[in-house]
Amino acid sequence: MTNSGAGTSPRRVLALGATSAIAEATLRLLAEQGANFVLVARSEPKLAAVRDDLLTRGATAAIGYVSDLNETESHAAMLAEATAALGGLDLALVAHGIQGDQAEAEREYAVAEAILRTNFLSAVSLIGWLANYFEAQRRGTIAVISSVAGDRGRKSNYVYGASKGGLNVFLDGVRNRVDRAGVNVLTIKPGFVATPMTAHLSRNALFAAPGQVARGIARAIEKRKDVVYVPGFWRWIMLIVRMIPEPVFKKMNL
Amino acid sequence: MGKAKPRPGFESWGRYPKLQADVVPLHWTTDFPLAKAPAARQLPVGLGRSYGDVCLLENGTLLATPEMDRLLHFNEATGVLRCEAGASLKEILDFAMPRGFFLPVTPGTKYVTVGGAIANDIHGKNHHVAGTFGRHVLRFELARSDGSRVVCSPVENPEWFAATIGGMGLTGLMTWAEIRLRPIVSRLIDYRGVKFHGLAEFLDLSRTAASEYTVSWIDCLSTGKNFARGIFMQGDHAEIPGPLRRSREPKLTFPFDLPQLALNRYSVATFNAFYYHRQRGNEKTGPVDYEPFFYPLDAVLKWNRMYGKAGLLQFQCVLPREQDEHGVVEVLKAITASGLASFLAVIKVFGDVPSPGMMSFPAPGITLALDFPIRREASFDLLERLARITLEHGGRMYPAKDARMTPEQFQAFYPQWQEFARYVDPGFDSAFWQRVTGRRPLDD
Ligand SMILES: Cc1cc2nc3c(=O)[nH]c(=O)nc-3n(C[C@H](O)[C@H](O)[C@H](O)COP(=O)(O)OP(=O)(O)OC[C@H]3O[C@@H](n4cnc5c(N)ncnc54)[C@H](O)[C@@H]3O)c2cc1C
Ligand SMILES: NC(=O)c1ccc[n+]([C@@H]2O[C@H](COP(=O)([O-])OP(=O)(O)OC[C@H]3O[C@@H](n4cnc5c(N)ncnc54)[C@H](OP(=O)(O)O)[C@@H]3O)[C@@H](O)[C@H]2O)c1
Repeated sequence: MTNSGAGTSPRRVLALGATSAIAEATLRLLAEQGANFVLVARSEPKLAAVRDDLLTRGATAAIGYVSDLNETESHAAMLAEATAALGGLDLALVAHGIQGDQAEAEREYAVAEAILRTNFLSAVSLIGWLANYFEAQRRGTIAVISSVAGDRGRKSNYVYGASKGGLNVFLDGVRNRVDRAGVNVLTIKPGFVATPMTAHLSRNALFAAPGQVARGIARAIEKRKDVVYVPGFWRWIMLIVRMIPEPVFKKMNL
Repeated sequence: MGKAKPRPGFESWGRYPKLQADVVPLHWTTDFPLAKAPAARQLPVGLGRSYGDVCLLENGTLLATPEMDRLLHFNEATGVLRCEAGASLKEILDFAMPRGFFLPVTPGTKYVTVGGAIANDIHGKNHHVAGTFGRHVLRFELARSDGSRVVCSPVENPEWFAATIGGMGLTGLMTWAEIRLRPIVSRLIDYRGVKFHGLAEFLDLSRTAASEYTVSWIDCLSTGKNFARGIFMQGDHAEIPGPLRRSREPKLTFPFDLPQLALNRYSVATFNAFYYHRQRGNEKTGPVDYEPFFYPLDAVLKWNRMYGKAGLLQFQCVLPREQDEHGVVEVLKAITASGLASFLAVIKVFGDVPSPGMMSFPAPGITLALDFPIRREASFDLLERLARITLEHGGRMYPAKDARMTPEQFQAFYPQWQEFARYVDPGFDSAFWQRVTGRRPLDD
């Protein structure tokens, strides 16, 4: 294999938060190409269902690893074990996250902290380790599911938005660092996706199916993109949202 | 991402009746029973391809299963697939076709779930040789609202196995199932289409055809010398190794609800004449792809919009063989006389392979399936007449395609219903079940 690897489907894949609906749909596409997986999630029965499905669809192998990713102190050992099991890594997909309750987070710092811990701090720990690993390996892709919500703070979910916005900036920096080692860092920004995270919302026309989003992610991984909006039209929506002048924006109900 | 809003409703394929319900997606088989026990009754639903109200429950909680779509195990040697109950036949085909396997039984659309296929014990064009879908189900897990779970098969909890196949979702939630796929060597179907004039010719063709798949389209508008004309279609999986690729995704979606007037006896008569004469000679043979052979309507998503907002009604009955001709003639005459347009009229002879479900619809005899646009009185009157003819001739109607049977009719068609009622989950109910047990009146 060469350094660039563009156009080839990743073979050795580590999925963190593998039971996320978006992650699962993406992993199915890779399984059909015969990928080899280490899957990390915190729920044993869900992990077993995802693993069985990927194996049935054509994965060469799939090892499940049960871990609460908020426990940053166990990350290093877990990641070392996972990469050793795969004998190297072509792709790490970081997908776990929580929506959290904005209203509660406004009342109670602990709730806001929990959102930041899962969506931002645990990711900083995982991606920090992975960046060092990939930099030494001098190839591979770190793909991270962020959100359009990180593009601009809105009153309805700015704690979640801040966790993703922080993540975006962190990823920009990592990319700037590891690009010269031939490592690709992909920031994935989904719009509304019909998954358990949004099961409490009424599903309007803006909602995409996880399978549709997954195809966009797989394409972006293959093309070694830096940032991808999925579905693509969110790029234009967010461009407009970001362009609204703050004096106007602060009066809006979003 | 904003606040929780009231959920949109859930419609059956006929879009009638329209009943408000809370829809809760189940993403994992462990999501049931729901963490927050619903105050109202519950009902599992698949892709809502039933025409009537078996997949509806007014003010209830609909447990939407299509996200439970994992393929859990496949044995290439035996063709046995274990999958979650929300997996659709489309997903299974996408998976199985490149591996040289096909569904053991398929309805006229691939957009149904495995759970829905079992719960209505569906039948296909190969009923005369393969029986119903349930015959190819080896096992499944049944989860009840009290939190219990049992594996059911012909030898484990066989009474629950029999009650749940064709059990219309009332006995509990199926979480996963094992079905046996059949091997094939090509996507292609060796096809033969033969025109017939009248029922005698149709029955002759049905008796002599040796194909695995047979079905006929029948013209329900023409009278006189064209009465009961149609095309007898038969097919077999090609035996010469051929393409096994996955199907392409459909590109067309019916864009809006057509106004009521669009489907009338003139437009349908035109369609029927076109359809009949599209096949030039009396007979046409050759290889065809399995998609248009099995799923001609799936090429256009949401085609039920063609019937407008009011929706459509289906009628499907089976009439036992001894009396079949007379019953079928009466049904056809009633339809022609009503002038109500039905252009998706299908007729087939069922075989005598026994159905495994306590409440399964298929039985030996002739089955007729038709759909009608909803024109209040006229269509309801016609359906009532058709139900009476079916009853007089010792036949029965198909719950998956019904929204109008009365309790008396249902209980005469399915005299075992009281025994079945003992298996109904106390937390479950459906609009259909309320209606046929006399707890929900028909609206007129
Ligand atoms: C174009 C078209 C052609 C058709 N052709 C045929 C045909 O040839 N032969 C035939 O038999 N039918 C046919 N049908 C009807 C269709 O196959 C059945 O209605 C089928 O049951 C629909 O499945 P679904 O997944 O949409 O389930 P739904 O319609 O949503 O639900 C059907 C029933 O299954 C129950 N159910 C669903 N999932 C579960 C579960 N996990 N556990 C327990 N119960 C469950 C529901 O409670 C309900 O009673 C056709 C329908 C259409 C639209
Ligand atoms: N759905 C959307 O509209 C949307 C939009 C933009 C961005 N996103 C992002 O997409 C990603 C995937 O979400 P999704 O939509 O696929 O929803 P999802 O199916 O609910 O996935 C979220 C996953 O994160 C896991 N998780 C949460 N906290 C964890 C922890 N401490 N340790 C390990 N795993 C943990 C969850 O595990 P459990 O199941 O065990 O709880 C779950 O599998 C998230 O980062 C989300 O922020 C989603």
